Amino acid sequence: MTIEKIIFLVIAAISLGAALMVVTSRKLIHSALWLILTLFGVAVVYGILDAGFLAVAQVVIYIGAIAILFIFAVMLTRRANQDTGSQNNQYWWVAAPLSALLFGGLVWMMGSWQGYSTELPKLALEAKSGMLKQLGQLLVSPDGYVLPFELASVLLVAALIGAIWVAWDRK
Amino acid sequence: MVPLSWYLIFSAALFCIGLYGVLARKNAIAILLSIELMLNAVNVNLVAFWRYRYSEALNGQAFAVMVFAVAAAEVAVGLALIISIYRRRNTVVADDIDMMKW
Amino acid sequence: MSWNGFLAFVKDPLTEFAKGITYRLDVWGLSPELVNVIVKLLGAFVACMLSFALVILTIWVERKLYARVQDRLGPNRVGPWGIFQTVPDMIKIFTKEYITPDGADKVTYNLAPILAVSAVMLIWAVVPFAPTFFGSDINVGALYIVAVGAIGTLGIILAGWSSNNKYALLGAFRAVAQMVSYEVPMVLALLVPVLLSGTMGINSLVKAQSVWFILLAPLAAFIFFISSQAEVGRAPFDLLEAESEIVTGFQVEYSGLKFGMFFVGEFLHAFTISALFSALFLGGWRGPWAEQVPILGLAYFVIKTSIVYFFVILLRIAAPRMRIDQMLNFNWKFLVPLGLLLVMVTAVVEKLVIHYYTLWGLEFGSTNYLILRAVTHLVVNGLICVGALWLSQSFGKREPPRFDASRAVAVPPQSSESTATD
Repeated sequence: MTIEKIIFLVIAAISLGAALMVVTSRKLIHSALWLILTLFGVAVVYGILDAGFLAVAQVVIYIGAIAILFIFAVMLTRRANQDTGSQNNQYWWVAAPLSALLFGGLVWMMGSWQGYSTELPKLALEAKSGMLKQLGQLLVSPDGYVLPFELASVLLVAALIGAIWVAWDRK
Repeated sequence: MVPLSWYLIFSAALFCIGLYGVLARKNAIAILLSIELMLNAVNVNLVAFWRYRYSEALNGQAFAVMVFAVAAAEVAVGLALIISIYRRRNTVVADDIDMMKW
Repeated sequence: MSWNGFLAFVKDPLTEFAKGITYRLDVWGLSPELVNVIVKLLGAFVACMLSFALVILTIWVERKLYARVQDRLGPNRVGPWGIFQTVPDMIKIFTKEYITPDGADKVTYNLAPILAVSAVMLIWAVVPFAPTFFGSDINVGALYIVAVGAIGTLGIILAGWSSNNKYALLGAFRAVAQMVSYEVPMVLALLVPVLLSGTMGINSLVKAQSVWFILLAPLAAFIFFISSQAEVGRAPFDLLEAESEIVTGFQVEYSGLKFGMFFVGEFLHAFTISALFSALFLGGWRGPWAEQVPILGLAYFVIKTSIVYFFVILLRIAAPRMRIDQMLNFNWKFLVPLGLLLVMVTAVVEKLVIHYYTLWGLEFGSTNYLILRAVTHLVVNGLICVGALWLSQSFGKREPPRFDASRAVAVPPQSSESTATD
C-alpha cells in the first residue's frame, strides 16, 4: 500500500461521501455546500493526475462561479415549508436499485476490457511547464481544436444573453 | 502506483450517485446539483484516460475544457429558468410544475 | 564556521536553514520524502506566523497615517510611537464573548471566518519574496490567485446566510455581487503581464521583468489596482462593511475572535494585494545584485510592497464611499470594456513588435529592442487612455435618466416574496 494509493483512497472517500450527502441532505443549502466539497475533491484528483491547469480551472469555474450561483438560487427560491420532511419524490425506491445496477454493470463491463489495470506510465510530455503552452496552442491552432473553442465561446455568450433575458424581472 | 481501474470505479460511482440524485429528488435545484455531479464524473474519466493511455498529446485535456464550458452554460440557463418558474408558480418542486400534462 | 559558510548564511539564510534542518532530519534516519514534507510544512507554518505578525505592523501604520492626514496624532501611548497599540486591541478581541445568534447554522457560522482568512493565507504560497524564497513555483500561479480569491467570496456568503439575519443576508448578497463583478477586470488585468512575459508562474513573471511592467502596461496596472481594492472591500469600495450602511453588513452577528478573523483577513488581504502588485508590475525582488545576494532581493520586495501599501492607505483616506450601483456601473461599463480592449491590443502589439523589430535587424532581447518595445507599449497605452477618457467624458455629458416620480413605493406585498435581487 504505497503513499499514492493511500492519498487517492482518502480523497476518493471524501469526494464520494460528500456526493452521497449531496443527494441525501434534507436542507437544500447543505446539499450545495457538500457539492462544493465534492468539487474540491475532484480538483485534487486532477492534481494527482498531473493536470495542474485543469485543477485550478475547476476551482475557479465550479467553486468560484457555479457553486456561488447555486447558493444564490437556493436563497432566492426559499420557502419555509420546503426544508422539512423527505426530499425524495415518490419513485426513489426505483432510482436506488437502478443506480446500483448501473454501477455494477459499468464496473463489470470495464473489467472485461484488456486495458483495465494499466499502471501509471511516465508522463510522455517533455516538461510540466511546457504543458500549459501546448494546451494553449492546441486550443487555437487550425488543425487543433479552434472550432470547438470558438463554438464554446458562442455557446457561453448565448447562455449569458439567454439567462439574463429569462430571469429578468419584467414588471 | 494507482492502477487505472481505481479512477474508473471512482468516476462510475460518482456518476451513479448523481443519477440517483436526478431520479429521486423533488426540488429542481437539487436535480441540477446532481447533474453537476454527473458532469464532473465524466470529466474525471476523461482526464484519467488521458493520463494513463494517451499522455503524449493534450487532446484529453482540451476535451475536458470544453466540458467545463458546456457545464457552466447549462447551469446558468437552468438556474435562470428555475428562478423564472419560481416567480410565476411560486414553487420549485419538479412534480408540481405540470401545467402541460393532463 | 568558515568565512565562506558565514557568507553563504548571510546571503541566503532561508536556504541554509532548510539545508541544516534537512541534514539533521536525515541523520535521524527519516526517509527523504518525509523530510521534504516536514521541511515544507515548517516553512508554511513560519510563513503563516510571520504574516499574522505583519498584520500588527500594518494596522499600526494605517492608524498612524490616517491620523496624520487628519491632522491628529494617532496612537502614541503604548510603546514608542504607539507601535504596540494593536496588542491590547488583540487582547480585547480575544476576551470578548462569542454570541451565536438563535437559529444560526452552527457549522457554517463557524466555518465562514476560517474560509475568509485561509483564502488570504493561501495566496502567500505563490508570492516570490526573493529568487530563492518562495512557497512553491507552480506554473499556473496567476490562475491560482484567482481561484483562492473565489474561496474568500464563498466565506462571505456563508457568513451572511448562516447569521439568520435579513440584513446580514442582504449585505452578503451585495458583497458577493461586488466581489464577483470585480474579479472580471482583475483577471483581465492579470492577463496582460502574462501576455507580456509568456508564462503564468509568478516567479517566472518576476524574472521576465527586465523592464518593469508598470512601464509597459500602466493601464493594466491601474485596472489591477482599482479592482483589487474592490475585491478586498477597502475604501472607496467598502460599502459592504461600513457601520453607517447596512449595519456592518454580513459581519453583524459576529463577535470576539470570529470578527477579529474577518478584520485580520481584510488587512492581510490588502497587504497581500500590495505584494502581488509589486511582484507583477513593479518587478518584485528585482534590483541591483538581487540574484547573487537573495537577501537583498527580499529587501527590495519589502520596500516596493510598502510603497504600494502606502498608496492603498492614502486611497482609503482620501476617497469617499461609492454606492453599490455606482460601483457596479463603473465596473461593467468602464473597467471591463477597457480591460478587454487592453488584452486584445497588447497581444497584437506584442506580436507586431516581435515581428517587425527583429525584421529591422534588432536582436531579440538586446537593450535597444527592450527600450523600443517599452516605448511602443507605453505609446499605445497612452492612446487608449486618452481615447477612454474622451469617450467617458462625452458619455457623461448626456442627460442622466429621470426617475418616474409617479410610481408608488409602498404597496402591499403580493403573493410572491420579494427579496432584493440586485
